[in-house]
Amino acid sequence: MTLPPESVNTSPVTLSARGLSRRFGTHAAVDGIDLELRRGEILGFLGPNGAGKTTSMQMLTGNLAPTTGSITVCGSDLLESPVKAKAHIGYLPETPPLYRDLKVDEYLDLVARLHRVPGAQRRAAVDKAQARCGLADVSRKLIGTLSKGYQQRVGIAQAIVHEPDVIILDEPTVGLDPNQIRDIRKLIRELGGTHSVVLSTHILPEVEAICDRVQIMHHGKLVYSDSIAALKQFHSGRVLLVGLNHPPTLDALAAIPGITRAESAGENLFRVHVAAGADPTERIVALAAERQWGLHQIAPAQTNLEDVFVNLTTRDITEGEKAA
Amino acid sequence: MIFTIAGKDLKSLFTSPIAWVVLTFVQLIIGYGFLKTFDDFMQLQPQLIRLPSPPGFTELVAVPTFATTAAILLFAVPLLAMRMIAEERRNQTMVLLTSAPISILDIVLGKFCALMGMLLIILALIALMPLSLGAATRLDYPLIGSIVFGLALVAAAFSAVSLYVSSLTTHPMVAALGAFGALLGMVLMGENVADNLQTRGLGVLATFAQVFSPVKNFEPLGKGMIDSYAIACLVLLTVLFLALTVRQLEARRLRG
Repeated sequence: MTLPPESVNTSPVTLSARGLSRRFGTHAAVDGIDLELRRGEILGFLGPNGAGKTTSMQMLTGNLAPTTGSITVCGSDLLESPVKAKAHIGYLPETPPLYRDLKVDEYLDLVARLHRVPGAQRRAAVDKAQARCGLADVSRKLIGTLSKGYQQRVGIAQAIVHEPDVIILDEPTVGLDPNQIRDIRKLIRELGGTHSVVLSTHILPEVEAICDRVQIMHHGKLVYSDSIAALKQFHSGRVLLVGLNHPPTLDALAAIPGITRAESAGENLFRVHVAAGADPTERIVALAAERQWGLHQIAPAQTNLEDVFVNLTTRDITEGEKAA
Repeated sequence: MIFTIAGKDLKSLFTSPIAWVVLTFVQLIIGYGFLKTFDDFMQLQPQLIRLPSPPGFTELVAVPTFATTAAILLFAVPLLAMRMIAEERRNQTMVLLTSAPISILDIVLGKFCALMGMLLIILALIALMPLSLGAATRLDYPLIGSIVFGLALVAAAFSAVSLYVSSLTTHPMVAALGAFGALLGMVLMGENVADNLQTRGLGVLATFAQVFSPVKNFEPLGKGMIDSYAIACLVLLTVLFLALTVRQLEARRLRG
């Protein structure tokens, strides 16, 4: 396998966290997370609801103090010199922090002031953020009167108006329609060119579409951290969905070389698990034609995040056992 | 940075109805009280002239008007302050301020300045009532100055307490009631506790208790006496509660 291009990225590190943990009482919401981000990189932070994504984001933006661990943003320690470190961060929390009784451009001007954008550049910065997020035609409207999608865009504009080095977005596409989601994804990819972006989501295709690297959290721990290419390899192409009108027995399917296991997945549908590195598709098609199984469908099974998780957590355990 | 936040909060006060309602009612109540005492003064004037050294307009009309103002502040300040922190947290907009490169102290001071800006507007409008008669009668300007200064200090102390209570909850109404309760408690306590402790020989405790009785500390200034100890007590109370507010917001970051 060739090395993914990200792994040779030598741009300066903008955000790094070491051994980050956060306890609430006895419950460890985040447990020993490491994270490193370089300029121009987009990191997908993936996990089911309640995995500790939001808690991690809050810690990375200085809104929650970690129980243990350290965070460095562009060379400044977030815990020791928070004001200096926060100047490099743009943050869109889960609920966009919008003042409903301000107009869009008033609000963005306020945010620019709060982030110490010099007066002379403020107008240009606000205009640029509005143009990037497609807000130019609503800039004179009250935020409270905008639709959810536009409010979300204002939230993103708020995070980028001061051109921060690190942009942290917590579920930025929630509540948007498919067109808006496409626009926002395009915008995030654009931002990833010059900034570092951390993107939290529980939507797997979103990460595949945008990110260079992915980290998956589960129960407060990092269970996976690799490039996006490796993730694709990992979660797809391992299970084939095969539809046969006159199916043989499951054992006969499982006996085909390169197939480890076959199971029923509904009427005349079978989930066929493929051994690592093997591609038995051609063989299945040939056999089906030869023995008249009535093949009407063969495709890589669409795995959802749930499956990836099951895979990852079980892989974790088996690897742990191997190590032991 | 403090003034950016102050400007934002002052603006948000005036975009909500609260500021206008408070301004209207304060003007109505104080205006009515002022006209009533003024009317009484006019009726009493023939008799007053016969006294060897008659009390003037300032003592008989301006001083009672300002005394009512102190009582009105007790209601007005909690109402104006209730949204400042509670609602920012409720609407999750506080994150905007805490994520920006601003210290918590600056955030609290900004909100305090916004509140003081609003209260100084109210005080100025009230001071205009007696001052409007400056052309018609001789006013005791130093006395009026001393009273307004004292009221500003009381307003600052009330603001600090109300801000602190607003930082304890995410419900603006609870913040308003809580702050009103706390202030009323301090005013009532101030009447008795300090004196009581003093007569029992607990001087140190009495000194301590006096810090928490803002209205009692206003009394010397209300009579035109510059009592530096009373002024120090008012300032101390303000600083104490501003510090508590900062601490409360810091704790939120630590505790989550």
